[in-house]
Amino acid sequence: MTARLFLLFCLLSAVLGPLHAREAAPNAEDVVVEKRMVAISEELRCLVCQNESLAGSQADLAKDLRREIREQIQSGRSDQEILDFMVDRYGDFVRYRPPLKGATLLLWFGPFLLLAAGLAGLLMFLRRRARRVAEATLSAEEQKKAEELLKLGEGGNGP
Amino acid sequence: MNKFLLPLGIFIVLVAFLAIGLNLNPREVPSPLIGKPAPAFTLPQLHQPEATFAPKDLQGRVWLLNVWASWCVSCRQEHPILVDLAKRNIVPIYGLNYKDPREDALRWLKQFGDPYVLSIADVEGRVGIDYGVYGVPETYVIDKAGVIRFKQIGPVTQDVLEKTILPLIRELQK
Repeated sequence: MTARLFLLFCLLSAVLGPLHAREAAPNAEDVVVEKRMVAISEELRCLVCQNESLAGSQADLAKDLRREIREQIQSGRSDQEILDFMVDRYGDFVRYRPPLKGATLLLWFGPFLLLAAGLAGLLMFLRRRARRVAEATLSAEEQKKAEELLKLGEGGNGP
Repeated sequence: MNKFLLPLGIFIVLVAFLAIGLNLNPREVPSPLIGKPAPAFTLPQLHQPEATFAPKDLQGRVWLLNVWASWCVSCRQEHPILVDLAKRNIVPIYGLNYKDPREDALRWLKQFGDPYVLSIADVEGRVGIDYGVYGVPETYVIDKAGVIRFKQIGPVTQDVLEKTILPLIRELQK
């Protein structure tokens, strides 16, 4: 019984499957527009859910903005013009790669500053240690004691 | 003793940065529109769809543009404050009804009171995009020359109204 039902199901889906698979068949031009739209919107932050890109967000505003980008592509605007359109309205914050300018200098070069500070700290530490090791010479008495201890180690049970 | 001074110093600086960072509101993105002319548009009015409204109609006046919607929860929070402000007759408030079906918007105003001189219907949210709206409610202070002088993101609170918005409006009305 179950096997027969299953067979029926398989047959039905074989017939019906292709029917609704045909639903979204974009034409060639749409594919180009859509690709550009996705490329642009991946560069942009969705302001409603800030850790999602405009391309990935399901927020209402993101849908509207994707529509806006699509329409602007269709009306022949360049990628740069569309990015400028967004920045004019929402500020540099919408771009995942904000432009290099006065206000964003620290953002771009801050990590390198930290790296340089870390390297400088490490260098200072190493130099100071090297000096300390060089200074640490043994007195004659200490030298003798050390040799005795070493001898003791050789003659004993060993390590 | 001296050995611990440097790590302690770094730690204190780090804590200070974190304390400042945690007290900032990440939802408040500074608007690039401050100091720029309010974007032009012409849209139908909510109550009389056959009549339109354009910001240039208000040239020479200081006014508030409040973006609201019946589906917006924090709009209810700020609404009594706007109703109260409207009664004080200090500044005209215009509403931008954002992405809202007309019937819902009208019912909402009936239910909670209508502080607006008039509301404009931005059903598709295109004017919202021009104004950089990303979190309703938002409120813009627009001066006599039609320049945006201040933008409140999120609900207007009594505190913001008394300490920031009203002093600015008095200054602009001079």
